[in-house]
Amino acid sequence: MKQFSIGWSLIRIYTIIVYVFLFAPIVVVIVLAFNPKQFGIFPMEGVSFRWFIKLAQNEAIIDAFKNSLVLGTLTALLSTAIGILAAMAFIRFEFPGKNTLNTLLLSPIMIPEVVLGVALLLFLRFLQQPKSFALLLIGHVVLTLPYVLLIVQARLVGIKTEYEEAAKSLGANAFQTFKEITLPLLLPAILAGALFSFTISFDDITATLFWATAQNQTVPVKIFSMLRLSISPEINALGAVMIVLTVTTPLLAGYLSRKFSKVKT
Amino acid sequence: MATDEKQPIVQFKGILKRFGNVVAVEKMDFDIEEGSLVTLLGPSGCGKTTLLRMVAGLEEPTEGDIFIKGIRINDTPIHKRNLGMIFQNYALFPHKTIFDNVAFGLKYRDVSKEEVNKKVTRALEMVRLPGVENRMPSQLSGGQQQRIAMARAIVIEPDVLLMDEPLSALDENLREEMRREVDNLQQMLGVTTIFVTHDQREALSMSDKILVMKDGKKQQEGKPETVYNEPANHFVADFLGHSNFILGEVVDVDDHHVTVKIETGDILFAENKGGFSKSDQVEMIVRAQRFDAFPKDEFKPVEGMNHFQGRIKDRSYMGGEVSYFIELGTDREIHVISMMRTRIYDIGEEVSVQVSPHHCHLILIE
Repeated sequence: MKQFSIGWSLIRIYTIIVYVFLFAPIVVVIVLAFNPKQFGIFPMEGVSFRWFIKLAQNEAIIDAFKNSLVLGTLTALLSTAIGILAAMAFIRFEFPGKNTLNTLLLSPIMIPEVVLGVALLLFLRFLQQPKSFALLLIGHVVLTLPYVLLIVQARLVGIKTEYEEAAKSLGANAFQTFKEITLPLLLPAILAGALFSFTISFDDITATLFWATAQNQTVPVKIFSMLRLSISPEINALGAVMIVLTVTTPLLAGYLSRKFSKVKT
Repeated sequence: MATDEKQPIVQFKGILKRFGNVVAVEKMDFDIEEGSLVTLLGPSGCGKTTLLRMVAGLEEPTEGDIFIKGIRINDTPIHKRNLGMIFQNYALFPHKTIFDNVAFGLKYRDVSKEEVNKKVTRALEMVRLPGVENRMPSQLSGGQQQRIAMARAIVIEPDVLLMDEPLSALDENLREEMRREVDNLQQMLGVTTIFVTHDQREALSMSDKILVMKDGKKQQEGKPETVYNEPANHFVADFLGHSNFILGEVVDVDDHHVTVKIETGDILFAENKGGFSKSDQVEMIVRAQRFDAFPKDEFKPVEGMNHFQGRIKDRSYMGGEVSYFIELGTDREIHVISMMRTRIYDIGEEVSVQVSPHHCHLILIE
């Protein structure tokens, strides 16, 4: 719009304001992470990596970081594996109770996380089992499965059954057909689903607060407990690291998948 | 009906397919001779695709047996049936190169690497697309993709080639070309082919035998000429070509002709092919192309021919021929497709229409 128009100007200003509100806090966190002062306030007095160094020396946080990475990776692996199988069943086969089951699997999206967190704990109590890493993993799989399922199902609907029928008619059995045809065609969705699960697991705090033990603290839980004591600039540094990580991972994965997938269907 | 005594390669015996309460294919017996091209023809939803998919193993018959080469294959899984299948939307694997697409079926058959290369190259030459091995399917046009699909199906030397409306996604001109190509390829390889289509022209031009279906029921099977010239019932006559249907009653039968009195009171003759007797209620079927139209004042009636007087009510010019709707004396009208031997008649013009009894086909009304 070259023409002068109040409407367009207003829309432009409005858009800018929305973006400022969205991103200003994030920018502040990152910028303050480089503030050498003890208190995270402006104006800054120079640039320093002091808090990053201190962060790297904080064993508890490093442990939490490792926990989060392991948990996120395992969650992504399990969720995608289960999600692919479930999606295949829901889209490619007919069986009684299909819709009910599908809704049940998707329900964790709609149920408040607090409820989910408490529910799983109560269930554990009922089974008379202690809190453990396995519990955390199961919980995160439950949380992330709906996303994987939705993404993979949507893609699977778009893959015409003719491809699979053609492969079978040419002599491939059911497993070979899945390996040679369905799985490669699903790959973009699988990657996206895995990334989603990883990020959700890595980010989750509400439900994780209920499930985490002292040994199995994740980064968000750690940050939360640190905040209860004081607002240390270390947290800004940690926040900066997490932001960089959670933003670059999907971007990198997207770039890689585009680079390696020669075809678009 | 079958003159040549070839062993049937595919046999349907009492085949019936039900989806829930819907009968998709009614109890059916049908044989397909080795090396022939058989078309399953009918409107959509007539069960032709279901029949094909049962041969392929993509659907299970509810009742009855299917035999290939004399062996019952009901329980043979699809990947062990050795069939080549060609789909309407080509179904080339989009993530594989043309080479990998064509070589796909060979992976599951004991074929050495050099053999695979040779066979793929030969198959691509056969469909006249050599040298595209390294391209991706998306880089080819629709017609080319369908040829690759054919190459992929024939490279495994299937017992039967199954084609499910393979040409209907192509545009008109390309379809004609591909039709001839499929026909040539089929004859060259001598592979038994089952071809599903709703396009009568495809069916008539390519088939050794046509099976006309409607609502899951077999309407007629036979050579294209037979099905076209001697339709077994109203549906077949109506589905194939442009037909005129005239109701009447047989009033006389002699050695050569059946004499029919039609609704208007006119008397028409039909060639006596047997099976009719006096006072039978019949329907006379006359192809629109079999009529000849003459200007009224130039017309000299020929002895033994059927003729009408009429007035051109409507016409449409179709390039090579003209399609007329001619109003007869009463409120009847007939459809005439004329090859324009003389000139185009004007709307409202009086014409005389003539048709030989040879082209008047009678069917009984039950």
